Amino acid sequence: MALSGLDIYKLLPKTNCKECGFATCLAFAMALAQKKVSLDKCPHVTAQARQALESAAQPPIKLVTIGTAEASFEVGNETVMYRHEQKFHHPTALGILIEDTLSEDELSAAVAAVNGLRFERVGQKVGADLICVRNSSGYRNKFLAAVSTADALSRMAIALYSDDAESMAEAVKLCRERRPLIICGEKSSPDAFIALAKEYDLPIALTCENLDEAADLTARANAQGVSQIALNFKNESMSGRIQEYTYARRAALKKNFRPLGYPIIAFTESADPDLELAEAVSYMAKYAGIVIMKNSAREFVYPFLVARQDIYQDPQKPVQVEPKIYEIGRVTADSPVLVTTNFSITYFTVAGEVESSKVPSYVICVDAEGMSVLTAWAAEKFTAEKITDVLKRCGIEEMVSHRTITLPGYVAVLSGKLEEISGWKVSVGPREASGITGYLRNWKA
Amino acid sequence: MPVEIIKERYNAPVNTVEIGRPGAKQVKIGGQTGFPFLFDEGKMPNPPVIAYEVPDCTPDDWPEGLLEPYHDCVKDPVKWAKKCADEFGAEILCVKAQSMHQDYGSRPVDEAVRIVREIADAVKLPLIVVGCGDDERDNEFMPKLSQALKGENCLLGLATQANYKTLAATCLVDGHFIIADSPIDVNIAKQVNILIGDMGFDTNKIVMHPTTTSLGYGMEYVYSIMERSRLAAFMGDKMLAMPFIVFVGQETWKVKEAKDFGVVQGINWEITTSVAMLQAGADLIVMRHPDAAGSVKRYIAALTGGVR
Repeated sequence: MALSGLDIYKLLPKTNCKECGFATCLAFAMALAQKKVSLDKCPHVTAQARQALESAAQPPIKLVTIGTAEASFEVGNETVMYRHEQKFHHPTALGILIEDTLSEDELSAAVAAVNGLRFERVGQKVGADLICVRNSSGYRNKFLAAVSTADALSRMAIALYSDDAESMAEAVKLCRERRPLIICGEKSSPDAFIALAKEYDLPIALTCENLDEAADLTARANAQGVSQIALNFKNESMSGRIQEYTYARRAALKKNFRPLGYPIIAFTESADPDLELAEAVSYMAKYAGIVIMKNSAREFVYPFLVARQDIYQDPQKPVQVEPKIYEIGRVTADSPVLVTTNFSITYFTVAGEVESSKVPSYVICVDAEGMSVLTAWAAEKFTAEKITDVLKRCGIEEMVSHRTITLPGYVAVLSGKLEEISGWKVSVGPREASGITGYLRNWKA
Repeated sequence: MPVEIIKERYNAPVNTVEIGRPGAKQVKIGGQTGFPFLFDEGKMPNPPVIAYEVPDCTPDDWPEGLLEPYHDCVKDPVKWAKKCADEFGAEILCVKAQSMHQDYGSRPVDEAVRIVREIADAVKLPLIVVGCGDDERDNEFMPKLSQALKGENCLLGLATQANYKTLAATCLVDGHFIIADSPIDVNIAKQVNILIGDMGFDTNKIVMHPTTTSLGYGMEYVYSIMERSRLAAFMGDKMLAMPFIVFVGQETWKVKEAKDFGVVQGINWEITTSVAMLQAGADLIVMRHPDAAGSVKRYIAALTGGVR
């Protein structure tokens, strides 16, 4: 947990020598707490104090990088238990499990399917992040063949999962430059895997029975200089896992307990695809940094990815829609024109009501930096000038034959000015979106 | 290495609400003392419950894939309700009395009341009944309905900040539970509960609707409002200690991404939204597609199985 200015002050020499450029040690401590300066500015700090400060500056949950270059992702570095406290930082990575029991053709098809899990949604690129090749066959040659196939056919980050350390060592050699995640299963002794992680500087997932064992294992890895770790809890019950994930996160965040300060990797257990989806979504929301699913069908993966977008959305930053003209229904030159802001919820609510009114209409979203109507009006982001500018430039004047614009009821006060400067006639719409249906049914240009 | 486990323990549980006629089938929700499914830290004596939505007239706005399981009863709400009870194993139904709305043909209020009464007689399950959304019609409908269902201890809604008096008064007289609705806002949620309580209504008989939003369309706002509201309840705020109801079916099946990419994606949209709502603390979820509802019930069973 981050230290406060006063905590830091206690560790400084308290001589007020001013060599750091600050008038007092306290002022320097305050600047340090806000991460505005580096501790290096203080020439007199003791080694002991330096160590304490550096350790406190470490994030309570380690940031772990898997893969390389554009085929890489980061997990960890989380700071809160509830997203409303700040935000969740690194979206849960989605991995798809591919077992080496598949035939050559099936393997290629499976890898291709995972490669295809790429979507663009509300301006963000989302998709699967990881291919997890598992040595389910128990045979080394099958495992290596599967790893080769994944390596050859996909550019996505790779995770390797085998209980046999020698097979793992061979597999690592096939794709080490891709910085694969090596997963040490419950049946194997972790030391050989930790040694591999150290030798090739790879991230490692350690499988543990419970929190105590997790802390032991990470300490063992740390002792070897391995700290890019993810934890895989082998709890058989779904609620038991969520409870353990919660305890691990809380110990790391509230007590700064380093041995549990690592991202969690969760494997879904359910054979039923619906339950598997439910499981994956639960682990994503409740603290897993990586979720590995077995099912790669689009209809399952896509809702998971959308849920991840939602939960990892920064609560301070409203989701915006593109500011432009939206056509709802079969619009014509005589269709009504409504104007609102580009706050996504505002737009979706308005669009939903317009759609259910069955009156085809144009909805123009003005770029109000994602604020809702009243907020944007108060912040002067939704003004007569701005709306006029949009009306003139967005092309609506070529699309409709009338010149009547519907303004949200809450900003009726803008009507006079808007009419004056835009030359459009203003019709004041309802205050709440729920009134749109009634309004549109009686609308006349 | 022994790990010091930090348990979050709260002293104030969520209110327990038991819907339905005493002696007949009832549904109990609430009573938990911590965040959902964390059985090592808190109790969750009543697992969340899935209610099946029953429209009281043909729902023209439902997409084909969603209507398919109901193909033999789209014109008959009583048959629809029976199907949910007998075939899908519903424990509780949510009748949506939309037929009175002008969009659905402005059915006379007395007739709408009669249909709900018929459903109650036919299925013998606890009922949730929500109005059509037109305040004027609902304020005419609810007192008559409430009286017609006296003794059934139904859950009736929605009471909003702007329109709660008629419903609260009639629920009070006839012994029903009430849904207090608020627009993704903890303060307004609390305010509506207080206003209803000020009318002499027992606040232990309130179920809160924090607003429902679909996966991908603001779900996270409701998710966080529910978590914040629950934290306050666990810390002892009695005016936020009500169980939550969310109408997941109606919100998800409005969404293009749920409607236009095949029924499986629609079902998964409904499942995913429900799962997130359950993880945020929902107690009662109103759903539409029987496959989605069935899967979410199995999910709840998987989470609570062997632990209770």
